[in-house]
Amino acid sequence: MIKHIRRFLAALVLLAPAAFANEGGIALDKAPVNLRDVEGLQRGAQTFANYCLSCHGAMNMRFNRLQALGLTEEQIKKNLMFTTDKVGDQMRIAMPAADAKAWFGATPPDLSVIARSRGADWLYTYLRTFYRDDTRPTGWNNLAFDKVGMPHVLWELQGIQEAEYKTVKNHETGKEEHHLEGLKLVKPGLLTSIAEDGKYDQREFDKRVGELVSYLVFVSEPGQVKREQIGYAVLLFLLFVLVPLTYLLKKEYWRDIH
Amino acid sequence: MSKLEQIGKDTLQWVDDRFPLTALWKEHVSEYYAPKNFNFWYFFGSLALLVLVIQIVTGIFLTMNYKPDGNLIPGTNVSVAFASVEYIMRDVGGGWVIRYMHSTGASMFFVVVYLHMFRGLIYGSYQKPRELVWIFGMLIFLCLMAEAFLGYLLPWGQMSFWGAQVIVNLFASVPVIGPDLSEFIRGDFVVSDATLNRFFALHVIAVPLILLALVVAHLIALHEVGSNNPDGVEIKKNKDPATGIPLDGIPFHPYYTVKDVFGVAVFLVVFTTIVFFLPNVFGYFLEDNNFIPADPLKTPPHIAPVWYFTPFYAILRAIPSFLGTQVWGVLGMGAGVVVIAFLPWLDRSKVKSIRYRPTIFKVLLGLFLVAFIGLGILGALPPTGPRTTLSQIFSVMYFGFFLGMPYFSTLGKTLPVPERVTDTNGKRQLHFVFWMLVAIIGSAVFTALIQHI
Repeated sequence: MIKHIRRFLAALVLLAPAAFANEGGIALDKAPVNLRDVEGLQRGAQTFANYCLSCHGAMNMRFNRLQALGLTEEQIKKNLMFTTDKVGDQMRIAMPAADAKAWFGATPPDLSVIARSRGADWLYTYLRTFYRDDTRPTGWNNLAFDKVGMPHVLWELQGIQEAEYKTVKNHETGKEEHHLEGLKLVKPGLLTSIAEDGKYDQREFDKRVGELVSYLVFVSEPGQVKREQIGYAVLLFLLFVLVPLTYLLKKEYWRDIH
Repeated sequence: MSKLEQIGKDTLQWVDDRFPLTALWKEHVSEYYAPKNFNFWYFFGSLALLVLVIQIVTGIFLTMNYKPDGNLIPGTNVSVAFASVEYIMRDVGGGWVIRYMHSTGASMFFVVVYLHMFRGLIYGSYQKPRELVWIFGMLIFLCLMAEAFLGYLLPWGQMSFWGAQVIVNLFASVPVIGPDLSEFIRGDFVVSDATLNRFFALHVIAVPLILLALVVAHLIALHEVGSNNPDGVEIKKNKDPATGIPLDGIPFHPYYTVKDVFGVAVFLVVFTTIVFFLPNVFGYFLEDNNFIPADPLKTPPHIAPVWYFTPFYAILRAIPSFLGTQVWGVLGMGAGVVVIAFLPWLDRSKVKSIRYRPTIFKVLLGLFLVAFIGLGILGALPPTGPRTTLSQIFSVMYFGFFLGMPYFSTLGKTLPVPERVTDTNGKRQLHFVFWMLVAIIGSAVFTALIQHI
């Protein structure tokens, strides 16, 4: 019996990852999200204001909510607000959605809850896998989002990546096909470097994107850290006060039944 | 007697002379005699009532800030309704906890109600004389499904919009009047602001009113015939000759009120863990795609209903269209719900409780459970050939259980039912824990396996 159960559990452990495998698309990199790293989140906010906020709004997010990241109203006004001068305003953009659609082919989505619909890992992978593709109108394509309308706005930080292809012979048609194998950094940016032997280092850039994604996760629900803090207090109360008390009360009353 | 007590007593007397307050309290609470052998399955009725109260109270506060407006905010592609939900989540004081309680409550309502219904199934609580209790319960279940469906449109995300589109379109498959009927439900040619407004009205007023009335009827009918119990013994058969009180009965208050309060405390541990730490529950309670604002021009590649509808949705998809119409799937899905209401007349067993039923019934009940959970898992995934075949097999098993019941419920040898209720039995509880684990692990394995077919 025990043997059966053990075998069963072993099978379960082997199968579990399959259940959560990403259906289609590329394998996603794990985003280094850290909502307690205030400095990182501040840098993320800076990156967001500099590179995202001109085309994407975060219209449910108010600038003064950034005080949760340890910024003063003055700092927010001076460093992060380019489109408005009222610190209670929402992060909106001047570009109307209809115009944006005409210019980019698709309206850049509002980013208020993008981390909740796409997930942090997807965002982290997406922002790091732009590559040159001359067949696209913007000159850029993306591994996580094929034929995306958005250009690589972080290119000055990352530099330029090109796709590496592998030639494969199709067994059915007999023709040769080019399969995208991976990306290679060919021109360094401000946060990346290429050594003489062709090896390149993207760790600084990855860190910066990680901070940006952390910031987007923060924006998707600014109160989430506080939510969990309250949650611990509530659970402590329930587990150590209400559950034992009500149990003892029940036991006391039921003594005369049993 | 102190002066204050005297005032209290006089006031109560004054009321009782004009309204049967004390009599009602006695009839339904302090002198309602319930069997003393209730086990944990009997928590889910009162928990359903608790969740109903949570939904109504949080719903009232949500209504104060939610705006049922599907029009876009000028210059953006986000609707007023979608933004108002995020406004509640961010700018309304305590709004996030109210909203998460409501979204968690919706799913937890189905968790407790499914367990409550399963309790009825294993202890034969629908059998004579409790047929009407069961029927009222089924009507409550129908209302609950309507309420959940209507409410799911309100956040006006992609899943809200396209889920409603798919379900309302089902009505279009009705012969002759179908297209007009679905247009009548939507109030427009597509799901639109008009649909959102009427769904809001139905969600906050019409359906809750009916739901409350049905809950009252459910309880009145129950208190008229008395509660069943895990032994399926009628406690009213053995009354104390002097008092007329059932020998195995104890007053609901204080015994079951204190017991249910303990159940509430344990339930709240689960409920608050979800609200504060896991509000999405991995996309099962709040779907990821519903955080994308509704876009009538962009159909999502995969439209999945929320988990509690998936067993019936899987039945719908399992039935192919023939004779040039898809109405059969819709009828099958409806029949999947309605057939449960007929249990009191389908079950012809001499005994109520599973404790005294023959093995064949237990095996078939187990297979039914496999079919129901299997359909639930399949209904959440995009259909493929093998998955559809599996859904068809499970659908046959699902209906086979009900339609075959008049026959198989008379088969096998029942165990003798005791005269009086029995005590809780430790070995039986271990058995239960074992089967519970089998069900959970089995579901996980099944989910993992069908990912790749």
